[in-house]
Amino acid sequence: MTVQLDFLKRIPYFSGVGLADLESIKQLVFERSADRAEMVVLEGEPAANLFFVVSGAVRVFKTSAEGKEQILSIVRPEESFNDVPIFDGGPNPASARTMGPVVLYGIRKNDMEAILRNHPHIALNVTRVLAKRVRQLVSLVEDLSFKHVISRVAKILFEQVRSETSHGPRLTQQEMAAMAGTAREVVGRSLKELEEQGAIKLDHHRIIITDKEALQKIMEASS
Amino acid sequence: MIEMPIIDAQKCDGCGLCVNVCHCNALALVKNVITIIETVKCDWCTDCEAVCRTGAIRCPFEIISQDS
Repeated sequence: MTVQLDFLKRIPYFSGVGLADLESIKQLVFERSADRAEMVVLEGEPAANLFFVVSGAVRVFKTSAEGKEQILSIVRPEESFNDVPIFDGGPNPASARTMGPVVLYGIRKNDMEAILRNHPHIALNVTRVLAKRVRQLVSLVEDLSFKHVISRVAKILFEQVRSETSHGPRLTQQEMAAMAGTAREVVGRSLKELEEQGAIKLDHHRIIITDKEALQKIMEASS
Repeated sequence: MIEMPIIDAQKCDGCGLCVNVCHCNALALVKNVITIIETVKCDWCTDCEAVCRTGAIRCPFEIISQDS
């Protein structure tokens, strides 16, 4: 399939760019399809391409030495990922895996440099995109004071627990995040950590507190 | 009763991202609004909730104690 000009117009990078300029940029854009759960970018590898999501969604994450994943963002249509290493020349700072079948537009590193040289007005758009990204990541860094967050999530579960025979309000991960003053992704990881520690069990739509004492200890731990 | 994600049709903009990411084939777009077609298959991964930009699909957890 050919790269669609209509889509390129909607990408924040190319906001306000004239048709003639877009036509010449289009020559440097390639299309790539990927299946569900396919790794598109691997953390640590030399960066080759900047990607824009055309359809589907991509999860961007870092992996710890122990193999735990921390989600940094979910990239949706018209958004980009793997921008940073294209501009600073370093390796991929994170991995990217598709959440379903996706179509991507990619621009190779050298071609992106050529685009910026030949169309310098795009640099302001790029700056805005990266500035917004920095703001989001600063917020995530603030949330990732992990030990405190896991205590707050444990407290929420402790206080919200119902007996098996009663019915009470239910909480989405987003609601728990709002209550804990953190990001949804951090709540997800906290729940997995609490399960690994044996305090809870995740069973489909249920969070079952299996060890109330353990949960209380985690809740009361302050550092 | 089988638990299913909660859909707010008013908020759904028909983008279809949730259908795209659902690996259980539990969701479909019907007349441009998201619909659950197969709740037995849903494994509550909550990816649909994570990708939704408008908050139209929610996967709330019930928090219960194992104590009997």
